[in-house]
Amino acid sequence: MKTLAKSAARSATKYALGALCGLMLGTASAQAAEGVKLPEQDWSFDGVLGLFDRAQLQRGLQVYREVCAGCHGLRYIAFRNLADLQYNEDQIKAIASEAIIVDGPDDEGEMFEREGRLPDYFPSPFANDKAAAASNNGAVPPDLSLMAKARFGGADYIHALLTGYEEAPADFEVLEGLSYNAYFPGHQIAMAQPLDDDAVEYADGTEASLDQMARDVAAFLTWTAEPKLEARKTAGIWVILFFLFVTGVTYASKKKIWADLHKDDGSKE
Amino acid sequence: MNWKAMISGTVEWIDYRLPIFTFMNHELTEYPTPRNLSYWWNFGSLAGIALVIMIATGIMLAMQYTPHVDHAFDSVERIMRDVNSGWLLRYLHSNGGSFFFIVVYIHILRGLYYGSYKKPREILWILGVVILILMMATAFMGYVLPWGQMSFWAATVITNLFSAVPIIGEAIVTWLWGGFSVDNPTLNRFFALHYLLPFVLVGVIFVHLWALHRFGSNNPLGIDAKGPQDKIPFHPYYTIKDSFGLAVFLVVYLGFVFFAPNYMGHPDNYIPANPLSTPPHIVPEWYFLPYYAILRAIDFNFLWIVPAKLGGVILMFGSIMILFLLPWLDRSPVRSARFRPIYKWFFWLFFLDCLILGWIGANSPDGNFHGIPFLLIGQLATLYYFGHFLVVIPAISLLERPKPLPTSISQPVLQGGGATAGAGAKPMEKA
Ligand code: HEC
Ligand code: HEM
Repeated sequence: MKTLAKSAARSATKYALGALCGLMLGTASAQAAEGVKLPEQDWSFDGVLGLFDRAQLQRGLQVYREVCAGCHGLRYIAFRNLADLQYNEDQIKAIASEAIIVDGPDDEGEMFEREGRLPDYFPSPFANDKAAAASNNGAVPPDLSLMAKARFGGADYIHALLTGYEEAPADFEVLEGLSYNAYFPGHQIAMAQPLDDDAVEYADGTEASLDQMARDVAAFLTWTAEPKLEARKTAGIWVILFFLFVTGVTYASKKKIWADLHKDDGSKE
Repeated sequence: MNWKAMISGTVEWIDYRLPIFTFMNHELTEYPTPRNLSYWWNFGSLAGIALVIMIATGIMLAMQYTPHVDHAFDSVERIMRDVNSGWLLRYLHSNGGSFFFIVVYIHILRGLYYGSYKKPREILWILGVVILILMMATAFMGYVLPWGQMSFWAATVITNLFSAVPIIGEAIVTWLWGGFSVDNPTLNRFFALHYLLPFVLVGVIFVHLWALHRFGSNNPLGIDAKGPQDKIPFHPYYTIKDSFGLAVFLVVYLGFVFFAPNYMGHPDNYIPANPLSTPPHIVPEWYFLPYYAILRAIDFNFLWIVPAKLGGVILMFGSIMILFLLPWLDRSPVRSARFRPIYKWFFWLFFLDCLILGWIGANSPDGNFHGIPFLLIGQLATLYYFGHFLVVIPAISLLERPKPLPTSISQPVLQGGGATAGAGAKPMEKA
């Protein structure tokens, strides 16, 4: 009787946990099924302990500034945030000063242009969505700050998208002004292939292959989307270790406190 | 000065006039609890703690959040980037919503398995269903606040459901929106209600516990306690057991918060709301998926008088409302499924049915599973959901021959050890 009840409770637990996992895997696979299968890349920030690779983020910033910034904004990133990429203050000031910021109104009530400063945000390349669409075949280039969190696959997707320009299959008709892309939903994208080998000359001498640049800018955009990733993971390790310890202590106390009851009757809890 | 005496003197002074300490001692320390509760009984206190976490993190988020269509999304990003530990608060809150539902769903399934809704706990059960409804309303409105694409479109889809009400439907929707589409007035009132409802929840939970303490917890055997030997004081036995459960819960919950904070969210909610661009798949948060499947299962008119949309809406709300009737649909006097050989299997079948509904809810109804249309699977699962309550439960409660019940809680547990009832009575004297 007793053992029967015990094993019933155990198997019930197992079923329930299994079902819960099943449910979660189910949603995950449903999510993956929404697009084409993305090739999975290795990222320095993968996994529980993975952090950013600073040199890679700096290269990614370079790709963004020299190529993507012509069309895409980065509105949630301020120049001061670049301190996270291990630039010193002079370097950041230099980067900021290359940006043109519209400020004002001044004492005469006029708007004026000035050099960027540390607290300024990356300026958007177009005055508004209408202007952006007008210069891009009617499509608005989306802001990239949150791109890595706003698409299934994150960095994998961005890398795949940038390297996914190819000849359209014979039976696929690509509309005027659009390009075929293996990973864009619907395969027709209004962004012409933005990167090709040697589109930039890396300051650190790394060879600027298409794959390398796509990888670097995808990593950079992961940082712009989740700048607190490192703080989160490093704190997380300690928090989890602490609560594992608390789990152990409370478990031992529970055993001890309940021991006299079990002694009485040898029952399960 | 003798601090100890002073404190106990003050406590006595207050307690004589307002017996709050006696009350707390009675309800939280001495409170006699069945000695045989399993770990499934941990989820009630976990749900309470989850609510406290939601309120604490929510109030701190509200200090930084701006409920305006032009600023809501940006203010959440500011919380994530510039507010000290803002990312932590926000991830605690967004994952907390999911974990609150996980805990409460397990808590409800526990009640279904062990017959906790039966006499004399019907009101306790009904209050539980009210709590579930309030939680759902709160979570739905909270999900709208960050004003991402899914926020906006989920709000649009769900509020539009009310347009199915005959004649006054459109007027209700306009009234809910405070305008002619989901817009700033909608966001404002959702914020006001999202702040308010958790406190209404606290009130209902208090009454839920009041009803609980009238007869005490049910237990895995589902039989009433026969005497003090069947019960133990809540403290220290269940305080330590609940603490252990809490620690395990925190490891799992914080594991998601720190290492997979967006796993249960939808990427589209990191795109600012855009009324001009409808996402290809509008899906609710995972905890609403089964209801969403029921809503979409009805693509035909009922008996030529109820249009399909209204039918779906009625069934979706009905899927919760039917829980109110459960104590009267189940005629079996035996509570625990342990002694109900047929009900036990149908319980698991029902659980499976809910998972299937969740899976269908996550997928577009046009798709198919090895050639079986999702729509059809959703319809059959919906039929079974209601069949479980309206046919299966009443029928088995009449047909089933329950196994013999143990005569008392301490009897089955005493058999093995061979100790006397006197020894078993010891714990309650300890209090
Ligand atoms: C000439 C302008 C232009 C440049 C340069 C450009 N893009 Fe784009 N990008 C666009 C346009 C236009 C779209 C919108 C495409 C659409 O919706 O069809 C877009 C869309 C995107 C998207 C979103 C795709 C999706 O899933 O919706 C990403 C990611 C992206 N660009 C990344 C980049 C990166 C990284 C760079 C720099 C290496 C870059 N772009 C350079 C114009 C540009
Ligand atoms: C029953 C308890 C609660 C539940 C289930 C709940 C649920 C949610 C959910 C699901 C979100 C969306 C999270 C996201 O995706 O970003 C949210 C956001 C929010 N909630 Fe709550 N909440 C609760 C209590 C509260 C309370 C008590 C407050 C304030 C006093 C509050 C304030 C907020 C604020 C300001 C936001 C917007 C910020 C954000 O999106 O992160 N919540 N809530």
